[in-house]
Amino acid sequence: MSKIFETPLYPYQRSRDQDALHLVRHPVVIIGAGPIGLGAAIDLAQHGVPVVVVDDNDKVSFGSRAICFAKRALEITDRLGCGDALVDKGVLWDTGKVFFDTREIFNFDLMPDKGHHRPAFINLQQYYFEEYLLSRLRELQAEGKPIDLRGKNKVSAIGKHDDHVTLEIDTPEGPYNIDADWVIACDGANSPTRRMLGLDFIGRVFEDNFLIADTIMEADFPSERWFWFDPPFNRGQSALLHKQPDNVWRIDLQLGWDVDKEKEMKPENVIPRLKAMLGEDAKFELEWVSIYTFQCRRMEAFRHGRVLFAGDAAHQVSPFGARGANSGLQDTDNLAWKLQLVMAGLAPDSLLDTYNQERVYGADENILNSSRSTDFITPKSDTSRIFRDAVLDLAEVYPFARPLVNSGRLSVPCTYDGSTLNGPDAVELPVNLRPGSTALDAPLKASWLLERLGDKFQLLAIGVDIPDGLEDGGIAIESLRIDASESPEFARRYLGGARQAVYLMRPDQHVAARWTSFDKDAVIAALRTATGRG
Amino acid sequence: MTLNTTPNIAGADDFYAELLALHEGRSKAESDAINARLILLLANHIGDRLVLSDAMQKAVSAGRG
Repeated sequence: MSKIFETPLYPYQRSRDQDALHLVRHPVVIIGAGPIGLGAAIDLAQHGVPVVVVDDNDKVSFGSRAICFAKRALEITDRLGCGDALVDKGVLWDTGKVFFDTREIFNFDLMPDKGHHRPAFINLQQYYFEEYLLSRLRELQAEGKPIDLRGKNKVSAIGKHDDHVTLEIDTPEGPYNIDADWVIACDGANSPTRRMLGLDFIGRVFEDNFLIADTIMEADFPSERWFWFDPPFNRGQSALLHKQPDNVWRIDLQLGWDVDKEKEMKPENVIPRLKAMLGEDAKFELEWVSIYTFQCRRMEAFRHGRVLFAGDAAHQVSPFGARGANSGLQDTDNLAWKLQLVMAGLAPDSLLDTYNQERVYGADENILNSSRSTDFITPKSDTSRIFRDAVLDLAEVYPFARPLVNSGRLSVPCTYDGSTLNGPDAVELPVNLRPGSTALDAPLKASWLLERLGDKFQLLAIGVDIPDGLEDGGIAIESLRIDASESPEFARRYLGGARQAVYLMRPDQHVAARWTSFDKDAVIAALRTATGRG
Repeated sequence: MTLNTTPNIAGADDFYAELLALHEGRSKAESDAINARLILLLANHIGDRLVLSDAMQKAVSAGRG
């Protein structure tokens, strides 16, 4: 049976642009049809922005690759209209177990705070993630939304100009040229776009190799994340076991720096390693084997005029903590509404500089967290190993040491503290919903809160009278009145100890500003600030 | 709270002897591991990040090397 990632899902078709007499100019061209490019395309198309997506391939991701999709990424895909498909297929998990040598030293629950629609994480092969985004894209096309997805279209040259970008594209039938008002480069860690523009990609190299073996087996391991430090079957190194749908198990074995990659990837070398871990009698077959090294690095700027970089093309992190695809989706979540406002002439070009500002801030936080995880998992000096082992020994006996154990931190969205788009704060309201924060979900009587938020500016009023029809400079604010009695979680998360609140929410479900009473002038001023017109 | 750098341990000689006794007859690796665990236990007890940072800096600057 052929796998989904072996099937061309968007085969090459000749486009009209290839026969056009005059150069065709497109409003937005997205380079790369991975999770981030597809997410960007769906987001923009849902807002009626015509997009052309080009990819040098015509299939979904080969092999599982990214497998952990965090709560925030699922909430974003809910807004994109395909969250249910992902969660229905994905493996739910919230328990992690940590082993040191031969002992289980402790386990943890990822999200003790209940009352959220989406779980902390699901595990899902990247090829399924992409397949479901593609289905959503096809659904939008069927509804007449303007998305043009072109397989086997490889960008071979790119030129930046003040008011447009030129692209030369190679196809099986030869090259053609198009122009674009805007380009979003989502072409991965080795981004050819970045290279063609001669842009930097600076950071720290981690000298280590990890073997990924995605293994198909009937096993009765529970749906938990198991992480080993220095296990008997991989002495001096780490190991990870994680369940994916269809009885596929992600096994991740640290190999060290001086290894022969070609040799280590051969089945005759991989299989004995897995038998040492799973037992001599374990029955399994290999779905996908890969060896990776990694770097933690980012571009100095994610915006270069009319070319915007998102996902791994803009920043790369270690895989510990699931901050790759998850943070890439947060990039396009941040970018789509800003680009739409700028393209519609409703916000100044400088609003796009705040994409760079906010997502560089997010990338730095992700790089910091994933570097710290990596430093814990793979100590780089004798002393760091002594402290690492001391933490693990203590964690088995004393709870105080468990927060120090770092086998990858839960990927959570960053709060854009200090963003120039943030408006006034009301300090008596809960601190974790301060301006710049992602909205927290909460159950309501008939739906979830996040199902009612997003895609436009909204004024969320709790116990305060607000009018309808607020608007400024062509940008409307939807009035949303929700009573604190809808759920205790909603009241606790949005009011804390206060009696009433007004939140101005951005189209990406982030808090722009908040108050404890309604003042029209203040709301309009905050809307201007949040759209770069302050 | 600031880091207390005035004498604070009753029976200083007894304390010091107990500390050295911990390491008697142990290998360098065992001693290093004990010291690391001890630092982590004490650090957690102190808890105050400013005090801990101050102690770390003073530990570095008081050395001759």
